[in-house]
Amino acid sequence: MFRYIVHRLLLMIPTLLAISIIVFVIIQLPPGDYLESEIAELQSQGESVDEEKIAFLRQHYGLDKPLHEQYLHWVFGMMQGDFGYSFEYNLPVNDVVGDRLFLTVIVSMVTILFTWAVAFPIGIYSATHQYSWGDYGLTFLGFIGVATPNFLLALVMLYLANVWFGTSIGGLMDPEYIDRPWSWAKFMSVLEHMWIPVVVIGTSGTAGMIRRLRANLLDELQKQYVTTGRAKGLPPGKLLRKYPLRMALNFFISDIGSLLPSVISGAEVVAVVMSLPTTGPMLLSALQSQDMYLAGSFLMFLATLTVIGVLVSDIALAILDPRIRFEGGSTR
Amino acid sequence: MTSSGRHQHLEHFVSTAPFDPRSVEALTPEQERFYLASQWKLMWWKLKRHKVALVSGAILLLMYLIAAFCEVVAPYELQTRNSQYVYSPPQSIHLFHEGKLVGPFVYGWERSLNMENLKREYTADPSAVYPLRFFCQGDPYRFWGMFESRFHLVCPAEDGILYLLGTDRLGRDVLSRIIYGARISLTIGLLGITVSFTLGIIIGGLAGYYGGWVDNIVQRMIEILRSFPEIPLWMALSAVLPVHWSPLLIYFGITMILAILDWTGLARAVRSKLLSLREEDYCTAAQLMGARPKRVIFRHLVPGFMSHLIASATLSIPAMILGETALSFLGLGLRPPITSWGVLLNEAQNINVVALYPWLMLPVVPVIVIILAFNFFGDGLRDAADPYK
Repeated sequence: MFRYIVHRLLLMIPTLLAISIIVFVIIQLPPGDYLESEIAELQSQGESVDEEKIAFLRQHYGLDKPLHEQYLHWVFGMMQGDFGYSFEYNLPVNDVVGDRLFLTVIVSMVTILFTWAVAFPIGIYSATHQYSWGDYGLTFLGFIGVATPNFLLALVMLYLANVWFGTSIGGLMDPEYIDRPWSWAKFMSVLEHMWIPVVVIGTSGTAGMIRRLRANLLDELQKQYVTTGRAKGLPPGKLLRKYPLRMALNFFISDIGSLLPSVISGAEVVAVVMSLPTTGPMLLSALQSQDMYLAGSFLMFLATLTVIGVLVSDIALAILDPRIRFEGGSTR
Repeated sequence: MTSSGRHQHLEHFVSTAPFDPRSVEALTPEQERFYLASQWKLMWWKLKRHKVALVSGAILLLMYLIAAFCEVVAPYELQTRNSQYVYSPPQSIHLFHEGKLVGPFVYGWERSLNMENLKREYTADPSAVYPLRFFCQGDPYRFWGMFESRFHLVCPAEDGILYLLGTDRLGRDVLSRIIYGARISLTIGLLGITVSFTLGIIIGGLAGYYGGWVDNIVQRMIEILRSFPEIPLWMALSAVLPVHWSPLLIYFGITMILAILDWTGLARAVRSKLLSLREEDYCTAAQLMGARPKRVIFRHLVPGFMSHLIASATLSIPAMILGETALSFLGLGLRPPITSWGVLLNEAQNINVVALYPWLMLPVVPVIVIILAFNFFGDGLRDAADPYK
């Protein structure tokens, strides 16, 4: 087990390095750097340019050095927790980002829990009642969930929640709790706002999960041990609980690998529409103003989150399933 | 020894009747038709039994026809504005006016300004009857940018109006804009899938055929690309498209960006199929006869699972259409004057729109329909791709 975890951890390093190279290339793609456009803008407005500060920033962030040195500078900075400088906000990226990363993680995790809670019973029902009206109805509902662009769903839900429950529009909490310390009332307010993004982001992932769970369980239900159990007179509920369901659980864990990227990317767009205090809106504005260090560190962070999520799911799977533990390979 | 004399040699029997190899198991004409049919024919037969897939296929065909002839189908031209009717709600079609049959017509609008929320309010004006004209001369346009014409399937009455799905903030007909948007939204998925299909077959083919270190590199590459959350990466890539590009170049740029992440799934499918197929005898035979890898892969191996590939490609078009819609909605994708459904939805970004002008969200309806249709059709295709099951 220990060997397996170490092996997986070591595999993560080249992956993260490759990701950082791709992100760095994207950062460098726009012509010129942010400082140049900043200077041009200031001069066109007739304002004086603080030459000293510009020179300091350029030197500190290595913008005057060749590309590979800039890259190394950036990567080593990140390893020490310095994600670069946001030129739009005139602050280090770390200060700008604040709670946002944490809230992104929270929203993603709650969404995955929601997806599980919904997909599990429905998937089991669909598989055990194959080709029934319930199965067809739920499958169709799932398809609608996939087909509706979730940003629009978010907009409509936001409106309905406001009309029906009087929830304030946008954000993750009522305005009066922002920048206040955590309290019970603040927590309740967050809960009140959280369910909309969670449901909206969850819809698309849930549908896919139901379909995969149904297919997996159907395969399992056709196996001989199930027939044997049934022939020996096991009650259907017990039979389902004792064997095929436990096999399907494996898949639940391993599916995080494909669920997590879609949850995270769905969350970004929904967050923009609902102006959640997560990475989404800030990533968008950073991209629009070509504040590339900020955008790059967000991108890097989101990709790292996915990689770590997959790692956790692989390790959980290895604990759960001895076959993987002993072969030392991944199931995906 | 004595017995041989008594037994006469039987004459060697030779039947002169023509030999029929199927004489033992005679095939009924029906069976014969089935056994001798080509694979594509079998697929078609199986697909025909899948009613939902057939209906979806018909819807897709209809949508693409509309997209091809959008200038003719749309009652107005893409940019026709009527500043008198800004944010007009959808009009409904009537048949009877004061008990008399007029044929399909719409009532005109009476406008007033609500001084409380400064919203324009429209009420039907029963004195203004605007009958629809069919196969008529309306707004001039250039068909596919080439031929000047004024022919439309439906047009508003002379000096009348026809806003079946309402108008936007500039007084442009939403229905016409949705119809024009179909051309961009529908082709971006097809173009994107063509690119990712080509990439997937070539890269997956090389990895599967050669195996070894080529396979290793490709596998790692796919893993890394897959660990990126799609939409943020798309956002970043489309944000770095140069600002001075023309809208058409942006359109192609976005297509490439959508394809860049999509080929990985296809490449994986191709690779795993090739890994098993390259051990087959017919593949060895081709190699021994001196066929080059390119010929072995594309002539002998790929046709064996082409139908599967097409089915899974169909299933990944919806993701591209949704991706474009999301990007354009955020303002990072296509830009006006190029009009896609996502660009139209960009106007519905504000919560006020939901409350005051909900018809601006209507472009989402074709998005949902087309994605459902592609999903059902792709499912049917995938089942049909294995006709021997």
